[in-house]
Amino acid sequence: MTLTHLLLVAAALFAIGLFGMLARRHAIGVLLSIELMFNAVNLAIVSIAWSRGLATGVVLVLFGIAITVAEAAIGLALVLLVTRVRKTAVLDDLHDLSG
Amino acid sequence: MRTTAFWLLIAVLLGGALLVVTSRSLFRAAYALAATLLATAGLYALLSAPLLAAVQVILYTGGILTLTVFALVVAGDETGGVRWRRPLPAAALSVAVLAALAAAVRTARTERTPGGPDSGAAAGAALFGDYLVPFELLSVLLLGAVFGALLLARRDDPA
Repeated sequence: MTLTHLLLVAAALFAIGLFGMLARRHAIGVLLSIELMFNAVNLAIVSIAWSRGLATGVVLVLFGIAITVAEAAIGLALVLLVTRVRKTAVLDDLHDLSG
Repeated sequence: MRTTAFWLLIAVLLGGALLVVTSRSLFRAAYALAATLLATAGLYALLSAPLLAAVQVILYTGGILTLTVFALVVAGDETGGVRWRRPLPAAALSVAVLAALAAAVRTARTERTPGGPDSGAAAGAALFGDYLVPFELLSVLLLGAVFGALLLARRDDPA
């Protein structure tokens, strides 16, 4: 269990999340993949804080988690709203919403 | 013992993550995400951050899983049987990002600096000492998110 292992795992997790964010067709699938990427960043922060013996890494990640939960609540509310208006949450059918 | 636990958690973490992006059913993807987040909580415990492990299980995993499953029940997970749209460019970009990150890790300074034990007490003292004002601002953010979500999800037809 070294910092190199942990950072490589975080990088792999981030890459998997990136693939899901780009490739998933359903809006909720994209949100789940964004959570994966966020989790990867948290893991990297905690690992670096652990290897340097810092307590502030935990504080930073605590703030991050609270903000992400708020973001997920708003994101899912938007998905529910879109589903109600357009009867679909598949992103290919919502192309006319892009700017 | 710790090494075994570490690699077991890594296996659950990466396996769950792959299932999140490959699973045909989004319900299964949501439960795989929960497994990934719980494995991360286990890693936090191994990295001597037990406070963070508890928060990750209670707030993050519990909150995200409940919200997602609720949204899936309401919105449905129907995508016409097709999981992905143009997966090859997405996979190429992900592999490129992974290679860049791995190269960055290779050049990083990764030796451990022996420091004090990173206990929950130290984190709590920092949270309610140096970071008290941001901590209180966080409650305003959460309140705003609650009102925002209620406003967005509200039905417009008068009751």
